[in-house]
Amino acid sequence: MNLQAEIPLDYMIILSILVFFIGLMGVLIRRNLITMLMGVELMLNAVNINFTAFNHYLFPHRLEGHFFALIVMAIAAAEAAVAIALIINIYRQFATVSVDDVDELKF
Amino acid sequence: MDYAYTLIILLLPLVTFLGLGLLSKRLPVALAGIIGTANLFIIAALSCATAFTYFTQEAGEAGFEAIEAYKITWLPLTDKLIIHLGILLDPLSVMMLVVITLVSAMVHLYSIGYMKGEKGYTRYFAFLSLFTFSMLGLVVATNIFQMYIFWELVGVSSYLLIGFYYQKPSAVAASKKAFIVTRFADLGFLVGILILSFNTGTFEFQTLTSLQGPVIGQASTAAFMGLSVTTWALLLIFMGGAGKSAMFPLHIWLPDAMEGPTPVSALIHAATMVVAGVYLVARLFPAYALSAPDALTVIMYVGSFTSLFAAVIACTQLDIKRVLAFSTLSQIGYMMVALGVSGYGGEAGLGYMASLFHLFTHAFFKALLFLGAGSVIHAVHSNLMTEMGGLRKSMPVTHLTFLVACLTIAGIPPLSGFFSKDEILVAAFEHNKLIFAVQWLVAGITAFYMFRLYFRIFWNQTPAYHHAPHESPVVMTVPLMFLAIASVVAGFVPFHDLVTSDNKPFETAFHWSIAGPSIAIAVIGILTAAWLYARPSLRPDAISKSLSGVYTAAYNKFYIDEIYLFITKSIIFQFISRPVAWFDRHIVDGTMNFIGNSTVAGSAAIKRMQSGHVQLYIWYFASGVLVLALLILYLN
Repeated sequence: MNLQAEIPLDYMIILSILVFFIGLMGVLIRRNLITMLMGVELMLNAVNINFTAFNHYLFPHRLEGHFFALIVMAIAAAEAAVAIALIINIYRQFATVSVDDVDELKF
Repeated sequence: MDYAYTLIILLLPLVTFLGLGLLSKRLPVALAGIIGTANLFIIAALSCATAFTYFTQEAGEAGFEAIEAYKITWLPLTDKLIIHLGILLDPLSVMMLVVITLVSAMVHLYSIGYMKGEKGYTRYFAFLSLFTFSMLGLVVATNIFQMYIFWELVGVSSYLLIGFYYQKPSAVAASKKAFIVTRFADLGFLVGILILSFNTGTFEFQTLTSLQGPVIGQASTAAFMGLSVTTWALLLIFMGGAGKSAMFPLHIWLPDAMEGPTPVSALIHAATMVVAGVYLVARLFPAYALSAPDALTVIMYVGSFTSLFAAVIACTQLDIKRVLAFSTLSQIGYMMVALGVSGYGGEAGLGYMASLFHLFTHAFFKALLFLGAGSVIHAVHSNLMTEMGGLRKSMPVTHLTFLVACLTIAGIPPLSGFFSKDEILVAAFEHNKLIFAVQWLVAGITAFYMFRLYFRIFWNQTPAYHHAPHESPVVMTVPLMFLAIASVVAGFVPFHDLVTSDNKPFETAFHWSIAGPSIAIAVIGILTAAWLYARPSLRPDAISKSLSGVYTAAYNKFYIDEIYLFITKSIIFQFISRPVAWFDRHIVDGTMNFIGNSTVAGSAAIKRMQSGHVQLYIWYFASGVLVLALLILYLN
């Protein structure tokens, strides 16, 4: 199957942009910390799409882009573990996971 | 003859100072006085031995030779400009060594009794040793730079000792005044040193005063405002000397310096430090006499005016230490006059010899007067002569020694003051008749105010004392007796064979034509004082009333202090210090405050941005990235 013939690279980039800004909006607008974390994961995945797409279309005989996507997934998993631990601690402290109610650290 | 041991004379007081100062908390209090005094007696003996070996050596064709007993290179600044530290022995410095160590030893011994039970007893002896070290370093200095260092050191130790009773505001003010006035004068001294050594390329006294040297032999012809550069330099150096020796108009610190303990006044403000100015001029005398006679004329007039001026004030003062302080001013004026009227070499150098002779005898009788006054103050617990009287019965030793000192300073033969004052009058008579007349008159005033003091303390009516005054302890009367003997015999020292302007002995003749009138006016002074003050009478008040204007002016020291205050407060502070302070406060501080305040105001304005809402931060961050990305795109 020749993917390059069927789907051009531009489509991949448009997809990655869409996913990235959906994730960014999730981080900026949703008040729930867990949902915000999901937004961050979406942004990371948009990056992964870019890595794999560019690797596949521009340098088909090399694998750095793929490996980098794998590393990003591993880091994202670790980051999710840390973030969820933080969220649990915030919940224990403030009895809420709404980001608006957690604003003690200010001027 | 090897004089290397003279280094001990210089260093022993320094060691004593350091030892007493560092161990002051651990030493038993009584031991401090004994250590200090014992050390002083050792160096006094060594100084006398030095003087004996030095003056009994065979004087060559060139008279007594100057010997550098010790010399190290201290600061080799350049190949030519090298500063040494060392010990110079010549008739002048050897004579000063004897005077300083003898008087200092007597003052130390006396202080054991006088300062007994005072707070800070150990500190007092430590400072006395520091002073002795500095003064000895000053007189044995081989070069003018070393002298300047020790010159400032004596200033510091004088400051420390005047302010010894540091809980008394008047003592603190007096010590500051002494330090600032002398320091102001030393500014002139420093500028003089710099001009002199810039022109001659040397600091060494022996080069500066050598007849073939760069000052005298190859004097530079550069001139400024009608006077040669050498004259200016020597005049500025004399300004330093005038400050230390309290010559008019820089005399204002000396009467106030009497706030210090009385033995300190005896040592520093009568016998040694205040004659440093005389010593300085004497040290550079060949330079003054041969290449700057104009400077000598200035010295003569300043000295003469000071001696008359101070003598008049001394007649009106009631504080006995202040009377003695003004008397010191007057006597130092005599020494300056003698230097001013002197020439160089042989018979012409009579004034030089007379000046140092008077310095020598004055050290003994003035120290004796101060120590006697201290003994009286110790017994009566007051400085005012109005609270004294009739002490001759209860304090026989003090009375007799004080009488000897008064007769000596009045110039009654055969006591030492007569001989030295007579030489000065002869030298003045040969040089300038007006100056001679003034000094002759001052001799009479001197006799009058000294005997006014004497009669008011020891005769007159006995006031109601709180507790009966009694004679001071032996440790205080022994120095009095020693100094009384020294005052009597010091006049027989053949000074014209020992300390002369060119270090060669010369013959002096005794002139009855000068001595006669000077004895006569002294006797008149004494008799007037006796007529007015020996018994309680209304005559002194009547006289002071009839002279009301003059009397009040003299009593207030001719308002010199007030004039200084007016100049400093109303002119310098008003027109210089205030604008400078305004500039500092508003321009210099203002710039700094503006920077600080604008930072504070700016941060107060934007600190609300740190709201604690994480999503807001992400908004800022994301929009920042967006703006940067657009910028980069646009710029490319």
